[in-house]
Order: sequence, then structure tokens, then C-alpha cells
Amino acid sequence: MHEWALAESVIKAAAEHAAERKLKRVGEVAVVFGELQAIDLEIFPFAMKELAKKRPLMASAKFKIIKEPAAFRCRACSAEFDLKRFRKESDEAEFIHFVPEMAHSFIKCPSCKSPDFDIAAGRGVYIQHIKGSK
Amino acid sequence: MTALDPRPSVIADRLKKVKKITAVTGWKGGIGKSVTASTLALLLTEKGFKTGLLDLDLTGASCHFILGAKKAFPREDMGLVPPFVHGVKFMSISFFSKGRGVPLRGANVTDAVIEMLAVTLWGELDHLVIDMPPGIGDAALDALKFFPKARILAVTTPSPVARDVLRRSLAVYKGMKVPVAGLVENMSPAGVPRDPRLDAALGDPEKLLRTAFAKKLGFLTRKLF
Repeated sequence: MHEWALAESVIKAAAEHAAERKLKRVGEVAVVFGELQAIDLEIFPFAMKELAKKRPLMASAKFKIIKEPAAFRCRACSAEFDLKRFRKESDEAEFIHFVPEMAHSFIKCPSCKSPDFDIAAGRGVYIQHIKGSK
Repeated sequence: MTALDPRPSVIADRLKKVKKITAVTGWKGGIGKSVTASTLALLLTEKGFKTGLLDLDLTGASCHFILGAKKAFPREDMGLVPPFVHGVKFMSISFFSKGRGVPLRGANVTDAVIEMLAVTLWGELDHLVIDMPPGIGDAALDALKFFPKARILAVTTPSPVARDVLRRSLAVYKGMKVPVAGLVENMSPAGVPRDPRLDAALGDPEKLLRTAFAKKLGFLTRKLF
């Protein structure tokens, strides 16, 4: 249920951004969910809708959900890899869910076993775009 | 528009019921920052203050060891609610590492710090003590950015090397207009003397509070809190 805290950040950031652009109504917020963080796709959209109701600017916003696959690039050997080959234990998946950077404690480059890799895509939650009317 | 990271937008909200923030710093490793920060949090709790402790030394977290926080884990309730460890609300990346190392580069450190600050629900606190990492790298700079109300409690030792680093750190804080509340000279007859019983008390808050180290630290910092 810590999704609510992140959903709150999406609604607040979107409302602040819309206010800066002098939008009178936000019509759509596109939110990207990175595969690595494994956000609950039922709770999070529900939380966004509930929280948006409390802000007039956001009350009629639709939320477009975009799933982004995780992609990693090893800093040691330059290998590129994804999440499919990793079988994380359930507690490790939960820890990565809370703080995606914990992947560096539990995942290693499949080629050289280094934990020194970049999370090139699919880390966590961010806003891709906000559409609205002035 | 470019991609927007929403998380920083709520960090100030998470801290709005925190009255005072003290960042325990020292730019050298091994000078006792974490023991000072952890003991300070315990002393403030003992005095009756609602106190939190945030371990921001992500790659070398050790407050959990000092507090003996073996079974503690945050509770999920619209965010992450820090567990109480001996009366101190405590948050650390160690909860999520399963006892393993946390090898992070700078950008990862910033992302992890932002994540923790965005989802941690501190609630009402009289004092939040932050155990800062050594130096003035990403986590330390992030802390100064996201905790604009923070004041510094600097830790050093009598070592000429530590003192030289301290001098430079104080100049940087002055330039950044970050208030320095005080200085603890650790392992020093003039400050907090080396305490031979300290190592045996680590992991046991009751024992830690009874050490000469804790008593002297409490005495030296009594006017700051």
C-alpha cells in the first residue's frame, strides 16, 4: 500500500506542473510504471483517481498507464540485459519494490557478475506527459 | 514536456510536522558519526522528545547495527511508516538489503534518497537526527537540498587529518549558509573520551545509554536540544 505515497506525488506534481502552464483543467496524465519497481496496477490507478478528486484542477483527469520494461547495462563489461532471467526471491522483489536501487544488492550482470550496472529503463514511476486546456 | 519525476514534490510535506532536523556529519570515515547520531537519537528519546533517526549513509549503513534493530521493519500504510526502535522512529536502507552490500553510484544514491524521502511518513517529531555519509557526495548534498531547515552537528577526532578535513567542511557549510549548531570532538579527552566499554554496548540501546560515551555526549549537546 505504499503506492498511495507515490500516487500522491504524481497528483501533486501534475497539479503543480499544470498550474505553471496556466491550465484550467487537466485532461490526461500519462504515467510510466517501470517493470523493476513492480507497482500494483490496481492500487496505483485507483489511488490516483481518488486523490485527483480532491484537486479541482485534476478532478476530471484521465490516467494513461504506460508499462516500461526494465533494461540494464553493465558498467564493467557493457553487456545489456533485462529482468526475465532473474528469479528474485519474494522478499527481494518486495525490497526492490520499495527502493528500486536495491536491485544492485540482488541482481548481477549475467555476463561478468558485476553489481555495477546502469538501470537504463524501467526503474520506477514518472510522468511522461500532461495534457489539458487553458 | 520532458519526463517529470513526481517524487520530490511531496518531500517537504513528509517533513512538515518535524520541528528540528540535525544532520550529524564529518567528512572522514571511522570518526564515530553513526554512533554519535544513534546515541543522540536515543538520548533525545530518553529526554521525552519524539525523535526520528534517518540513516543516509546508504552504502555503509550502520545505525541498525548500533541500535540492534534486527526485527524492525517499516509498516505499509499509505506510505512507509518507520518502526520504533527503543522509542526512536528509525528509517534505513538496511531494512531492504537483507544484510548485503549496497553498491551504488552517485545517480543511484540520489534516486534511492529521493525514493526513501518521498514514501517515508515521519508524522510528528520534535527532532529528526540524520546520520550523514562521510564527505559531501550525492547523499549529503541531497540531504542539504531536501532538508533546508537542517543544521549541522559536526563530528571530528583529535587527528590532524580529521581536523584539516573538518576545517574545509565548515568552510563549505558556511558558503552554503547551512547553520552549524555544534562540534563534537570524539575520542578526545577534551571532548568525548575514548570509551573502552562502547564496543560491547553496540546493538543494545539500554547498555549504550549507560556508557560514559553517551553520558558525555548528552552533557556536551545538552544546550542544543
